[in-house]
Amino acid sequence: MTNLDWRPSCDLAQLHQRAQMLATIRQFFVDKKVLEVDTPLLCQATGTDPQLDFFKSLYHYPPKNKTLYLQTSPEFAMKRLLASGCGSIYQICKAFRNGEQGRYHNPEFTLLEWYRIGFDLNQLMDEVGTLISQLLASNVAIKGIKKISYHDLFFQKTGLNALIFCSKSYQAYAQHHEMSEAFNLCENDHNLWCDYIFSFKIQPNLDTGYLYLVHSYPASQASLARINPDNSAVADRFEVFLNGVELGNGFFELADAVEQQLRFEKEIQIRADKQLPCVKKDPYFLAALNEGLPNCCGVAVGIDRLLMLLSARDDIQSVLAFPIERA
Amino acid sequence: MATYNTNEFKAGLKIMIDADPCAIIENEFVKPGKGQAFSRVKIRNLKTGRVIERTYKSGESVESADVIDVEMQYLYTDGEFWHFMMPETYEQYQADKTAVSEAMKWLKDQDICTMTLWNDAPLTIVPPNFVELSITETDPGLKGDTSGGGGKPATLETGVVVRVPLFVQIGEIIKVDTRNGEYVGRVKS
Repeated sequence: MTNLDWRPSCDLAQLHQRAQMLATIRQFFVDKKVLEVDTPLLCQATGTDPQLDFFKSLYHYPPKNKTLYLQTSPEFAMKRLLASGCGSIYQICKAFRNGEQGRYHNPEFTLLEWYRIGFDLNQLMDEVGTLISQLLASNVAIKGIKKISYHDLFFQKTGLNALIFCSKSYQAYAQHHEMSEAFNLCENDHNLWCDYIFSFKIQPNLDTGYLYLVHSYPASQASLARINPDNSAVADRFEVFLNGVELGNGFFELADAVEQQLRFEKEIQIRADKQLPCVKKDPYFLAALNEGLPNCCGVAVGIDRLLMLLSARDDIQSVLAFPIERA
Repeated sequence: MATYNTNEFKAGLKIMIDADPCAIIENEFVKPGKGQAFSRVKIRNLKTGRVIERTYKSGESVESADVIDVEMQYLYTDGEFWHFMMPETYEQYQADKTAVSEAMKWLKDQDICTMTLWNDAPLTIVPPNFVELSITETDPGLKGDTSGGGGKPATLETGVVVRVPLFVQIGEIIKVDTRNGEYVGRVKS
């Protein structure tokens, strides 16, 4: 038993760094009069995204036992608060994603999520840039902020059009860059091609030291963002990257309850086709959208990854007290 | 047929790729926040030794390779095959030139080697880290030189040539590190 890894996997200085970062975040939002909230981690429904796997638990409450899900993000509950008129809010909480473990992933991780009423995507991107620069200032000099559309970045780095799938040119690109496996892997799935090329050819090759705010994702990767009202090919969604690390994801939030229903149903169908665990549409969330979500933008940022960058660590285990292996 | 899911991938796991047995050296989980998760693995082809990279979609299954490492005693060679025996069962295996490869120059009968078996057939042979072999040929060294500086080539009983210190003579038994082919010392008989 003496050899059991009971000690934290991070050094104790990390605990201070984390505490400092959380304090800075709270002060940042106090100054901006954004309210801190606390929503449940165990809920009766969860996200339908086929790319996310969840933890399911059984709640013993006779006569009926209930399935409860550990949340993959606090998004639905926070939007219910927004719809009830609470104003701009933020939350620092745990999120859970089953099966996600690696250098940048631990199945349980810390998320900062916030929503700004009346902000457009541009304003929220600016706020993200300000906050992250401030949080990393003591150790990471950010040379500048690059706001660029997904399409432009994709074209810049690969010469390919990310919005229109051309099997021939995608294949030629893969062939030319010693990724001939891509064709067997991605076949004719445009989104998969984009994920593959972005993950292995674009994200690792972003200019070091620049905070990237990549916006206007292809409409097919809208997730919970609204489609851009002036250009239906893209969604009002952005992602944040620094030194090759994905730090966050933001939306101009989809407020249309009907559209949201359709997206849920589509994802539930994909889950069924792929024989993934089935989930139901969150009725509370849909009821809230029906009531009316105010125009708002929201973003989620990974705290553990920010700490990795702040302390120049390349493994998430070195910033967590007890990663899953010894949790 | 046994398979492994990508979430079982870890260093050392043996899988089949393009009909060849391979060993995973490194596995990296890559996942865009909203999008497909991948397993990016670095693998060594156990037949050719070549290292390649492969990407799998998370959740995919890959055929496992029936590959195990076993201790074998080297018996003899008939010129075409090298014969080995499992010490516990006396079961004999014959390995061809491709499987024996570089190990050939270090093999002395009775020595215990590590044999990698794929579907119960020899795939590769790794000689013991240290072998003791006698010198069959070398120039007479300078009398009184015990420093060993400089050194000279010496042919050993298996035919391999290694550099030895000047004072080491024909007929002596020396210990050699098979991983780098370096002389370690004389063995007192």
